[in-house]
Amino acid sequence: MMLGYTVRRIAGTVPTLLILVTLSFFVIRLAPGGPFAQERALTPQVRANLDHLYGLDQPLGVQYLHYLRGLAHGDLGLSYKLRDESVAGLIAQGLPVSVTVGFAALVLATLCGVPLGIFAALRRGGAVDYLVTGLATLAIALPTFVTGPLLALLFGLALRWLPVAGWQQGDPIYLILPAGTLALPVCAAIARMMRGSLLETLSASFVRTARARGLGPWRVLLRHALRPSLLPVVSYLGPAATYVFTGSLVVETVFALPGTGKYLVQGALDRDYTLVMGMIVLYGALTLLLNLAADLAYGWLDPRVRHE
Amino acid sequence: MAAAAVIAALALLAILGPWLSPYSYDALDWQHLAAAPGLTAAHWLGTDPLGRDLYVRTLYGLRLSLLIGVLASAVSVGIGVAWGTIAGYVGGRTDSWMMRTVDVLYALPYLFVVIILATVFGRGRVAMLLVAIGAVGWLTMARVVRGQTLSLKRREFIEAARATGLGTRAILLRHIVPNLAGTVAVYATLTIPELITYESFLSFLGLGVQEPQASLGSLINDGARQMLTAPWMLLAPAGILFALLLCFNLLGDGLRDALDPATH
Repeated sequence: MMLGYTVRRIAGTVPTLLILVTLSFFVIRLAPGGPFAQERALTPQVRANLDHLYGLDQPLGVQYLHYLRGLAHGDLGLSYKLRDESVAGLIAQGLPVSVTVGFAALVLATLCGVPLGIFAALRRGGAVDYLVTGLATLAIALPTFVTGPLLALLFGLALRWLPVAGWQQGDPIYLILPAGTLALPVCAAIARMMRGSLLETLSASFVRTARARGLGPWRVLLRHALRPSLLPVVSYLGPAATYVFTGSLVVETVFALPGTGKYLVQGALDRDYTLVMGMIVLYGALTLLLNLAADLAYGWLDPRVRHE
Repeated sequence: MAAAAVIAALALLAILGPWLSPYSYDALDWQHLAAAPGLTAAHWLGTDPLGRDLYVRTLYGLRLSLLIGVLASAVSVGIGVAWGTIAGYVGGRTDSWMMRTVDVLYALPYLFVVIILATVFGRGRVAMLLVAIGAVGWLTMARVVRGQTLSLKRREFIEAARATGLGTRAILLRHIVPNLAGTVAVYATLTIPELITYESFLSFLGLGVQEPQASLGSLINDGARQMLTAPWMLLAPAGILFALLLCFNLLGDGLRDALDPATH
């Protein structure tokens, strides 16, 4: 049954990715002004050669099929602006950094958010509860492009505890501020969600039965209440991953990280078609994959979902 | 409801505030480059390195951010309500195709769609920015509205309206939509801060509002660059954006709890 569910979910993901690729390909090509339009006026011959090199002289449909064939082989084309660089090569350079930061943020957010939510729910109406829910509301309202610079100002410039920006391979101290910035709103959302769902579970009849059987509060929590109340949190990890990816565009700009996010921004500013396309495909695929993973984990935790 | 008062105060400040200062948002003051803020100083919130008055620029940015946020929300509310009521009321195959479209669009990473649209339409055109942001914000609204329409559809007064021979269009406009007003108001209030965040996000990355115009996002970006020498450039717009988003979220949550107890 789990296998059938897995196959169904994967089958649903592939068309979505194809739609994303198709949509962004044609929308970007429809834009007035090509990637060479802003530069110094080129002689017609040079322009024609450039167009030919990048395949821009062919009909749109042919270009599209060509792109799809390249995509299937992992070839995302050449960047228009960063000469001699292939998009796949740029991704290979930047992706390890982006993935490290994003993954650290998700782990950090889960490790902080779940216990905070549990404490708040167990001490409902207490000081901890008010503190957690209050701070969560604040943290959710703050976008990363506000918290990032503010945290850099506080910890980097005022207190001088952490480096303001930059990246050195293998030195985790450069990871703290970017990952913390990304994790903050996700952590708040997880804490809030965890609190709500645990409160709901604790009032369910099977928990009352477990208590009536004389089980201690910790045993009730760990053996009975925790697993069902983790479900919403697990399903939130998909959207959380999307949030972290979009946030990483900001964080990589603020903290000057050599990740892939800056290529998306740069590509969009330069109208570097292939670069933007490559990044959209990359981030789209990552987002869909993580949503898929969250869905599968959900199906694994909650058998009812598989039978829908 | 204190949140509503703060929002009203900020909106008023955005509209009237710039007139209280003698400077315009793009005027350069060569005598005061990167001046620090102070109540007795010529520039209340200081200036940036080009000598532009930050009090005026911040309020001007607030005005633009609010304007784009509210108008884009209006666009997305319009699309969402139309989409949701039609899908919910007509039902059948139309409904399943319309909602499947929404599902697929939901799965796309929306901010990347906004980035594509911003790339395509060219930067700096506020109208385009508005449409691009509004075009991705309507999905939740469509889902919520469809759900509400489905339950309204089975009520007696709709049946009565249909029995009197009223056309689909008239029923939708005269009976369904007015009954959705409460729900729509709640979700519109929650859409506004979301879309303000999108706009500021794009402007922060340099893909939104262009110089010499300013929005809160582009001011925060300018401030982050000058953080070392002029931290006030960051703190003023960041504080205002924070207050704005917080109040809209509180207001939306409050309205939802008041009007729609089922979701709580």
